Amino acid sequence: MLETNGIVQAELINEKIDAVLSSSKKSGAILECYQEIPCNPCSTSCPFDAIQVEPDINQTPVIDYDLCTSCGICVYNCPGLAIFVVDANKEKAVFKISYELLPIPEKGDTVKGVNRAGEVICDANVVRVRNSKVQENTVLLHVEVDHKYLRDFVTVRV
Amino acid sequence: MREIELVIVGGGPAGLCAAITASQSGVETLLVERDHQLGGQLIKQTHMFFGSEKQYASKRGLYITDILLDEIKDSDVEILTGATVLGIYENKVLTILHEDNYMKIKAKNIIIATGASEKVLAFPNNDLPGIYGAGAVQTLMNVYGIKPGEDVIMVGAGNIGLIVSYQMIQAGVNVKAVLDAAPTIGGYLVHASKLTRLGVPIMTRHSIKEALGDGALEKVVVWELDDKWQGIEGTEQEIEVDVACISVGLTPLIELLSMAGCEMKYVPELGGNVPVIDHNHETSMEGIFVAGDVSGVEEASSAMVEGYITGLNSAKNLGKEHHNHEELLEDYHKQLDDLRSGPVGDIIREGIEKIMVDKHVRD
Repeated sequence: MLETNGIVQAELINEKIDAVLSSSKKSGAILECYQEIPCNPCSTSCPFDAIQVEPDINQTPVIDYDLCTSCGICVYNCPGLAIFVVDANKEKAVFKISYELLPIPEKGDTVKGVNRAGEVICDANVVRVRNSKVQENTVLLHVEVDHKYLRDFVTVRV
Repeated sequence: MREIELVIVGGGPAGLCAAITASQSGVETLLVERDHQLGGQLIKQTHMFFGSEKQYASKRGLYITDILLDEIKDSDVEILTGATVLGIYENKVLTILHEDNYMKIKAKNIIIATGASEKVLAFPNNDLPGIYGAGAVQTLMNVYGIKPGEDVIMVGAGNIGLIVSYQMIQAGVNVKAVLDAAPTIGGYLVHASKLTRLGVPIMTRHSIKEALGDGALEKVVVWELDDKWQGIEGTEQEIEVDVACISVGLTPLIELLSMAGCEMKYVPELGGNVPVIDHNHETSMEGIFVAGDVSGVEEASSAMVEGYITGLNSAKNLGKEHHNHEELLEDYHKQLDDLRSGPVGDIIREGIEKIMVDKHVRD
């Protein structure tokens, strides 16, 4: 359980994934922010005004999937590395995740897909690596995984 | 003896921000820092900060030092690094050791922003080489580029324990587990989840029973705790590590305040003995102010805001009120309220209530 061992429970994540899957775009940012802490860069970094942290910065963020463009800017701006983007439209599910470890994988690499308990569950194909100056060393990886891992995949291990 | 309007003791986030607003108000300011560089704990914070834009959220802590220094580089703030304030005497006379020079300075106002230090944990053999405070390990890695060891156990799942564990993984260290005696994780849960998805088990209701090793740490014996925080016989397990990091909280560095005669109070919510203060962050000693962790252990973001507030208040006290005093204060107080208003701020708010006095009422 999240409060006792840091592992996000399935029901918490399923609710978030279902919200994206039932949205018209079937793509959007998943904000895995379940605790009221004083923090709002997700909201202030969003160029499309899709994320609200209101009325004060301790509230958990609320996202409007009609406004979210899946750009990934909130992903590398989240100090808790608690946001990823999922796009369920293609043959494989495409994730945009933040990554702060070395070595940084390269486009075309196949790396290990990992779940929230840190277990390797699948292969993940790196399709793009974004590391521009504004990201300040929080790399954005675009990776493809099979749809059946959509609810369990959270990061990669190189 | 040299006389100066304001001496700020401590060049961390609180002291730097106090120097910014005090100098902007036209106060003649001397900032004294024990270390050879300014920034305090900011310089080793390689993670992105929380909070809002006004406290540079989403910036990595180490870059915030540069932003703050940039704000005072064109000001008249005099900076003395590698200088330790040894004592505060009557009439606000400070004694300072700078390199080999011993000097005395008389101040009209003093802002103490000395921060806090790490608490220790008592268990057999806790003095074996390889057992560190988590902050020490963070300094080794992020300031001096030294890998602390190969296999580590972290004791304490507060923000520092969780953040330093993550940073050790970034440095290529194997973090075997994070323990915490409490039944739930004390730090931000997003920090905890970062570790669990990297495969690090977080074991709440667990602590170190003893450390073992011949001349240096070789393993720790970990056991489960019961509802009364007592170890349960039979639950022991040995974990082979060459480093144990202790991260069981911080306690304010109040020695200078005690010496100056400031009224103190023991407030566990704020980390231990802290000064009684009024709404201007002035202690019971007229003209001696405090900002940051020295008056209650919190996050660096609130230390910065407290610094801005205290710099303004000291300026007003010195008769050099900032032309935007009221407006700025209102904004900073709003920021502090925001940072403290959520559930994680409950303990801080309870603690602050215990040390806040209204001077007019008391007088």
